[in-house]
Amino acid sequence: MSTDTTPDNAGVTTLTPAVVIVGAGPSGLSAARELAPRVRGEVLVLDRESAAGGIPRHSDHPGYGIRDMRRFMSGPAYARRLVEQARAAGATIRTNATVTGWAGERTLEVTTPQGRLRVEAGAVVLATGARERPRPGRLIPGDRGRGVYTTGHLQNIVHLQHGKVGRRAVIAGAELVSWSAALTLREAGCATVLMTTEYPRPDSYALFNIGGRAFFRPRIATRTRVSRIIGKPDLRAVEIENLDTGARRIVECDTLVLTGDWIPDHELARAAGITLDPGTKGPLVDSAFRTDRPGVFAVGNLLHPVDTADIAAIDGARAARSVLAWLNGGSTPDGQVRLVAEAPFRWVTPEVIRRGDPAPARRRLLLWSDRFIPFPRVVLRQDGKVVARKRLWWPASPGRVFRVPSIMLASVNPRGGPVSIGVED
Amino acid sequence: MSTTDRNRTANGDASATFDVVVIGAGIVGSAIARKLAGHELSVALLDARDDVGDGTSKANTAILHTGFDAKPGTLESRLVREGYHLLSDYAERTGIPIERTGALLVAWTDEELEALPGLKEKAERNGYDRTEIIGPAEVYRQVPHLGEGALGGLTVPDESVICTWTTNLALATDAVRRGVTLLLNRRVEAVEERGGTTVLRTTGGDVTTRWVVNAAGLGSDVIDRMFGHDRFTVTPRRGELLVYDKLARPLADKIILPVPTSRGKGVLISPTVYGNVLLGPTAEDLTDRTDTGTSEKGIAFLLEKGRKLMPELLEEEVTATYAGLRAASDHSDYVIDADARRRYVLAGGIRSTGLTAGIAIAEYVAGLAGEAGLELVPREDLPEPPRMPNLGEAFPRPYQDAARIAADPAYGRVVCFCERVTAGEIRDAFRSPIPPAGLEGLRRRTRAMNGRCQGFFCGAEVGRLLESRGACVPHENREHGGERRSPEARR
Ligand SMILES: Cc1cc2nc3c(=O)[nH]c(=O)nc-3n(C[C@H](O)[C@H](O)[C@H](O)COP(=O)(O)OP(=O)(O)OC[C@H]3O[C@@H](n4cnc5c(N)ncnc54)[C@H](O)[C@@H]3O)c2cc1C
Ligand SMILES: Cc1cc2nc3c(=O)[nH]c(=O)nc-3n(C[C@H](O)[C@H](O)[C@H](O)COP(=O)(O)OP(=O)(O)OC[C@H]3O[C@@H](n4cnc5c(N)ncnc54)[C@H](O)[C@@H]3O)c2cc1C
Repeated sequence: MSTDTTPDNAGVTTLTPAVVIVGAGPSGLSAARELAPRVRGEVLVLDRESAAGGIPRHSDHPGYGIRDMRRFMSGPAYARRLVEQARAAGATIRTNATVTGWAGERTLEVTTPQGRLRVEAGAVVLATGARERPRPGRLIPGDRGRGVYTTGHLQNIVHLQHGKVGRRAVIAGAELVSWSAALTLREAGCATVLMTTEYPRPDSYALFNIGGRAFFRPRIATRTRVSRIIGKPDLRAVEIENLDTGARRIVECDTLVLTGDWIPDHELARAAGITLDPGTKGPLVDSAFRTDRPGVFAVGNLLHPVDTADIAAIDGARAARSVLAWLNGGSTPDGQVRLVAEAPFRWVTPEVIRRGDPAPARRRLLLWSDRFIPFPRVVLRQDGKVVARKRLWWPASPGRVFRVPSIMLASVNPRGGPVSIGVED
Repeated sequence: MSTTDRNRTANGDASATFDVVVIGAGIVGSAIARKLAGHELSVALLDARDDVGDGTSKANTAILHTGFDAKPGTLESRLVREGYHLLSDYAERTGIPIERTGALLVAWTDEELEALPGLKEKAERNGYDRTEIIGPAEVYRQVPHLGEGALGGLTVPDESVICTWTTNLALATDAVRRGVTLLLNRRVEAVEERGGTTVLRTTGGDVTTRWVVNAAGLGSDVIDRMFGHDRFTVTPRRGELLVYDKLARPLADKIILPVPTSRGKGVLISPTVYGNVLLGPTAEDLTDRTDTGTSEKGIAFLLEKGRKLMPELLEEEVTATYAGLRAASDHSDYVIDADARRRYVLAGGIRSTGLTAGIAIAEYVAGLAGEAGLELVPREDLPEPPRMPNLGEAFPRPYQDAARIAADPAYGRVVCFCERVTAGEIRDAFRSPIPPAGLEGLRRRTRAMNGRCQGFFCGAEVGRLLESRGACVPHENREHGGERRSPEARR
């Protein structure tokens, strides 16, 4: 396959890779690593950042690579490893390359300092990740004071730019990413005076629950939300509210980090008219990571906002097989069953199950729970009947992905109606 | 006045005695300074803030009004009508983004439906005869995503949306290019008459001038009293707004207006030239003239209104919330008047239409000042108005412009991903005649960090460019994939 690199009259250069992957985070790079040696033609990874690696690049603490690399490493080291692997496998990675839209079914428009590109690919993999909802999206009223960040913003400042934040911080959220924010603040010389969570108990991984808490001992206010931002031009304090009593009080701080509350970066998917799942707000996919646009696949936190990086990476590696099958002219099995989440679950992915497709990655369905349940009894219903029921020996907990063995789908009728997934108390 | 004097730009030199000082570098003051500088006069444009356009002119609903619903016979009605055409032409020449979306007034109750013929007639009395009353079927054909229960509507095909930031900046830049001295960081705290001149005592030192124009918006009544008048009081009327993500734009291709009632103009939905959708504003009288914060009540009120107007809109992400303060006054019209004895002109009470009317107000003010004795000799050698960087989605933006990127790679380096702002545009802002003083000013000039991530991805990079004033030095660390430098090495 040849790649045309001369600009046309309008100054646009057309590239024709076999596969284009949008996003050089863990999921996109892992897909590239698996695809590059197996595909005839180029595997091109595009990322808008000036360095490849995705979020782990600026998540400078250990906790990466556990399930995919079987190692325990820091975010930047993990990102470097993924980039090296993808490059060694023969993938082309272009940074400073922002995909801005579509010019056809599998044709992308891209802006780079080297010029405008038109990328006509045989297959497209969307691996654009997720971001935290910032203050406006959370509708927190008050002043527009400086000193309000998301974790991503904070870590960019501290780990990539070596910039300064304040001295006294409140962290909204007490989940995995919130502890990551606390670590970053500590490195930046900023004390965490309070963490708030709207849930009755803080949640995070065991690592942080034991190590983290003993280490930091920040105060955690449960059932609490930030109700107002005070101070301009610089943040002076936040008002917090107890959700049960309605009591409010002022906490002085010059830094507020809004953590969690994820939203996938689904702009390209939406621009393509790809069907989204109202729960995840990411593209609706089957267990082979197909979206409903032929030859367009989606992986990583774009699908499940937000799981750990290793899971995103495993998505990418698994999706490579489906991409290969598509490129080799393989067809999608007929018939599908829709999987829908029922409260307390907010979403489930994959959303579509087809007989004949590979099992979901790691034989797990991924779900998000809005309630803490120590040992949930998960129930699947189809056409008014219970088709599977199983008690799981791990908790469903808000703020992290809940995993359900996909073997529970074995008795689903592939020609039946939608399957709901919920819990029985 | 010599050419060197005239070319003295935004350096802030206030040692000479000016012919005219305009207080307030909002849209109204900037338009007035620009207009006066078209004459053989030395003019200064003075503001308390560190940037132009940092008052009410930065936070409004950005609609270019036809004036169809003004109070007929008022000065406001006339100047809005004239301003509509003047600003349309000026936008064309300077590249201020405008979209001719048109508006639709929607009646939700029988009472509102009955008010439509009266509104049509009022529009005609205001010199606008292109409105049309339409039935519910046509309302839903024009705005398919409107909430249920609309009974009918009135079309206003010429209502448009414009970029208020670029408008203010274009007028101020034009003024500076015409030789106006920009005096920022100077709050006027007292005035003193001294032998045929007025000395403005400001937080940045004294400024001496023969004539003064008061276009101080929310502060105009206070300044007016310094000149010995007692004719009006400004009440800050807060308007809070929600800005929805660009992905919501297909829902609202038109301005959707409520039928005005005795309780005010009500909540509207409007597309923006940046491709977003606005929901607002509220109307709440305050006493604090600086309280541009948002409130819990305001947001709840807007959500409740929005749920009825367009439930689908509420499913979309809110990417910004803000509040602006209208300079409402106890007069039901603009308060524009010249005081020949004090060589002083007031342009006050410019409440909720000043963006549209600004240029017409400037024409009117110049006329009044001339009648009151300010000598107005037109200049022959006026520079062309500036071509402004385009912030509008309806026109090509640098990131899309292959030829421009080929000529200058900085336009191909996207820094703010959500708004697709390039390093080239940020650099240009710092090299422009009125460079930004801080992040807020940079946002108004480029849209950087105005998008859905609010800095999650780009915040640090934009901050760095702010510090280097747009210089694109590649960050060593970024080239290495965020390689860790130990904290010790940094200390
Ligand atoms: C603060 C924080 C701490 C974390 N800590 C841990 C941890 O300890 N352990 C762990 O396993 N996980 C952790 N995670 C989660 C982990 O970072 C993510 O699961 C992982 O990065 C997801 O990978 P991804 O490939 O789906 O997306 P991302 O890593 O988000 O990568 C997406 C990439 O797509 C690019 N992109 C998006 N749109 C475009 C476009 N239009 N054009 C070009 N490029 C585009 C982006 O620039 C980005 O590089 C943490 C996350 C955060 C935010
Ligand atoms: C919510 C809202 C929605 C609106 N929607 C629209 C609309 O859709 N269309 C429209 O045409 N209009 C609209 N308006 C009105 C419009 O924004 C205003 O009429 C216009 O911006 C007024 O401009 P200005 O120059 O008079 O005031 P400002 O922009 O407020 O400028 C006044 C300046 O004076 C300075 N100043 C004040 N006191 C002093 C002092 N003592 N010394 C030195 N400087 C001083 C201030 O710093 C400020 O920069 C809206 C207003 C609001 C609040």
